[in-house]
Amino acid sequence: MTIIMDPTNERVPVARQISPRSGQLTGTVALLDISKPRGNVLLDRIEALLKDRAPGISVKRYAKPTFTKPAPDALRQQIRDESDFVIEGLAD
Amino acid sequence: MKVLPAFLLEDETGQARNFPADQPAVICFVKEDCPTCNEVMPVLEAFHRAFGDRVAVLLPGQTADGNRLLAERHELTVPILDDSRLKVSFAFDIDTVPTLFLADPDGREQETLVGFVRAEWQALAERLASTLGVEAPDVDWAALPAWRPGCGSKSVDPVIADRLRAEAENSPLRARRIEIAVQDDPFEFMFDQGFSDGLPLVPPTPERVMRMLAGTRRDPQEVVAVMPPNMGEATVEKIAINAVMAGCRPEYLPVILTAVEAICTDAYNIHGVMATTMGASPVIVVNGPIRHRLGMNMKLGALGQGNRANATIGRAVRLAVRNIGGAVPGGTERSTLGNPMKFTMCFAEWEERNPWSPLHVERGFDPDDSVVTVFTMTSGPVLMVDQDSRSASQLAGSFGLCLEAAFHPKAHYTTDALVVVCPEHVDTLMRDGYTKQDIRARIQEVSARPISELVADARSAVGFKEAVAARMSAEELARPLPKFRTDADIHIVVAGSDAGKFSGAFHGWATGEIGSQSVSRKIEEAY
Repeated sequence: MTIIMDPTNERVPVARQISPRSGQLTGTVALLDISKPRGNVLLDRIEALLKDRAPGISVKRYAKPTFTKPAPDALRQQIRDESDFVIEGLAD
Repeated sequence: MKVLPAFLLEDETGQARNFPADQPAVICFVKEDCPTCNEVMPVLEAFHRAFGDRVAVLLPGQTADGNRLLAERHELTVPILDDSRLKVSFAFDIDTVPTLFLADPDGREQETLVGFVRAEWQALAERLASTLGVEAPDVDWAALPAWRPGCGSKSVDPVIADRLRAEAENSPLRARRIEIAVQDDPFEFMFDQGFSDGLPLVPPTPERVMRMLAGTRRDPQEVVAVMPPNMGEATVEKIAINAVMAGCRPEYLPVILTAVEAICTDAYNIHGVMATTMGASPVIVVNGPIRHRLGMNMKLGALGQGNRANATIGRAVRLAVRNIGGAVPGGTERSTLGNPMKFTMCFAEWEERNPWSPLHVERGFDPDDSVVTVFTMTSGPVLMVDQDSRSASQLAGSFGLCLEAAFHPKAHYTTDALVVVCPEHVDTLMRDGYTKQDIRARIQEVSARPISELVADARSAVGFKEAVAARMSAEELARPLPKFRTDADIHIVVAGSDAGKFSGAFHGWATGEIGSQSVSRKIEEAY
């Protein structure tokens, strides 16, 4: 029998819990632009559609400083504190 | 007094023998192919007969077949114990056979005899006999040689010692051990587990990892970096495991550890480099004396295959990113086309052929420092073919024209480049006394285009958007824009064979704070 040493970080991925779904679109929706070209075009259109179809909600716009790096902790916390939903305009 | 390691070994009949066992013990390690061991076997048999059951005479033998032969050859009644796994020999930390330990009933060491010195052995025999009140062992001491050195214990055989160290209780290895069943092929198993970049891996057995760790003085559990995207802790041990798989020699390990530190900085941003759809990957450039010690290639074919250090150092870093960081194609590594440089890309600069400052000196290190520099490439090495220019301004002009293709000829101010100047081109540039700064300035001069030529148009929509250009004055539109935002975005090194007028360039990725910046780190262990 051969024994080898595990080359990985040995972390078994934790199944992430999804936050509870209310079934209703209420409160504040965050639109997060990751700062890739034309991401704002997509989010402008989504904002217009949201305001048209769900007039009771408010929309807040956020942007990552650069698409190449994960969102800074402060931005993630701000979005969590200020919003009920997030729509992120991912790349490509 | 030192307490000797407790053990339990079986004799040839399968009967277990303990140490300590509530009586004094003579423990003597023996090996069949050792002449001195054969010399002392009749003495040990005499000890056993004289001291009877008052003293345990315990003889761990180091090979199973040899133990049988010793018993037959010397017609022993004293049992030889099976230490063919060498665990007890290792635990007693012996270098030589025979080594004899005298222990009290609690297992404390009272005397140790290495090899055979007749006077020592005789004195021991007489003292034991007088203490126990029995007759001295029946040994014709005069017939024995006055002195015989022993032989090397099998437990210090280099082939075996690393396995024993890895398996010992105080082993420095902490990584999970994976048992591969006898029916499984270890090479296929590693592919199945997803450890591989697509090429076969060297199985990282505990003994190979121990040997790799001999390449550094750093603690195996030291966290070298926290590695994106999964923020895995890249310990020295984990990096060593990946270095084994990549095919590295232990002396490469300090370079790999330093490169891992460099890519895991915020400035370098390995997270983005792996995640981008553009197909970026690190280029590792090694400078300083360590290039020679590791036998790295900096000359003919330096950017290609065929040199173990170049090939496996780059591969080890990439395997670490895959296995420790978790950047796996289709997961968080999302390159549209990929890039063969993602297997490995590492080379050394030919500093001795460089009339200017080598890369590491330019970046603030001493010439005698050994340094790793990591640069993010998306394309290359792209050849810059110029066999015709005879002046420095023409040749550096060719570099500028070739580099305009980086990303897209109409994309200016977007990326950086690592230019690898070949020796014949060095000579042409030096004919006119060009400095590195002259080369950079000429590249910028030749690649500069009026903004009006860089506006989206019917040929290509890349460049300044028409709406933006429409707001510009005629003067602004006429302003020439060089290819690179700053001269510092043009990195220059020397490598390649003495023959051939072919330099190369690695095109960068998003550069500056929004992307990846080159990072240099001194290899602290480059002694």
